[in-house]
Amino acid sequence: MIEFTFWDIVRNLLLAARWTVLLSLAAFVGGALVGLVVLFFRIAKNKWSKRVASGYIALFQGTPLLMQLFMMFFGLPMLGLRIEPWTAAVLGLTFFASAYLAEIWRSGVDALPRGQWDAGASLGLHYLQELRLIILPQAFAITRAPTVGFLVQLIKSTALTSIIGFEELVRTSNAINNATFEPFKVYGLVALIFFVMCFPLTQYARRLERAAAR
Amino acid sequence: MGYSLDFGWLAGAVGAIARGAATTVLLIAVTTLAGTFLSILGAAGKRNGPKTLRLAIAAYVEVMRNTPFLVQLFFIFFGLPSLGIRLDPILAAMLAMTLNMAAYTIEIVGAGLDAVPRGQTEAALALGLRPRQVFIKIVLPQALKVIYPALTSQIVIMMLESAVVSQIAVRELTYEADMLQARTFRAFETYFVVTMVYLVLSMGLRRLLVGSGRRVLGAGVS
Repeated sequence: MIEFTFWDIVRNLLLAARWTVLLSLAAFVGGALVGLVVLFFRIAKNKWSKRVASGYIALFQGTPLLMQLFMMFFGLPMLGLRIEPWTAAVLGLTFFASAYLAEIWRSGVDALPRGQWDAGASLGLHYLQELRLIILPQAFAITRAPTVGFLVQLIKSTALTSIIGFEELVRTSNAINNATFEPFKVYGLVALIFFVMCFPLTQYARRLERAAAR
Repeated sequence: MGYSLDFGWLAGAVGAIARGAATTVLLIAVTTLAGTFLSILGAAGKRNGPKTLRLAIAAYVEVMRNTPFLVQLFFIFFGLPSLGIRLDPILAAMLAMTLNMAAYTIEIVGAGLDAVPRGQTEAALALGLRPRQVFIKIVLPQALKVIYPALTSQIVIMMLESAVVSQIAVRELTYEADMLQARTFRAFETYFVVTMVYLVLSMGLRRLLVGSGRRVLGAGVS
């Protein structure tokens, strides 16, 4: 039997935390890209485009993330794709994030006064230019606090990918716990590592919120 | 090679899915009641309690909000027995869900308490009500009315997050899905059906909460 010292446990957990960070970043970037597309459909003038985007958002906000991950993990192989936990985790979290980010940014677009669109049009900008130059920059600026808040939620959500077999912080901690039988210490350390990652972001989001309220 | 979907197993699985869904509903019902009660105490303590209590509540809220629910659940279910506290899976799940939800709803309830004008308290005190009566009969109902939409969202989010408690073998909806797919080898179809059940549950729960909120509190919820 292998003996684990306290530092062995900490070192292994920190090594595994790299994957949590990487997965969070990949899902956030992917979610932002897909979320932009969803946002585009959501704020379009076409009724059907709006409906499809709203349905997409309602679907991802109305079902558990764990189920979404299972659907990716078991569904994609049916399309003939060989899929590994990492792929399923990134794709699952990307679609999950896209729905939430699209909805957050949509609230930003809705909050802008109608005059912003009119001013853009009167300058002779067409729809895409208006979005790119006038609407989206302001919408992103006023929704920065909830966007950072969602990033915290996303980091915490990566814990669920341990269930479909992705080797991140929680899955590694389960393995260490099975070897050391010290759940109090191991899960306490895992909670601490997540806290260290999330707390500064939470504080940053709070600062942004306060600055926006002033 | 194509894959053909097969839902033939569904006829024999309706009972298991219904039982699982009932457990999920039970979990969220208990969590809603206990979590709301706890967060009223927490929010009141955070405003009027002694300084150490206020700090303790603030620390509690930060710790719970900045760590994953899954880790909290494992900590409670696997970690507490080493302190001599051994809980049934379902009790551990209820405790973890309640503690997690309270951390979010303490902030929500607190915002509601702050939204009630001070004049309401002063007027009630002037009428000779005791401080406790003022809180329960005057301030709290008005606060709950203001925060009801936010509370509703939080309850639905918690219901969706409860899927995770299948990991400590609580026999709720996701657990039944895991069992079914292991028996039928129809993983995708099983999780698809159960995902749809969750969707119906979350929409139904939202509608139920909004409807009863309008009736009981007269809260203007859309």
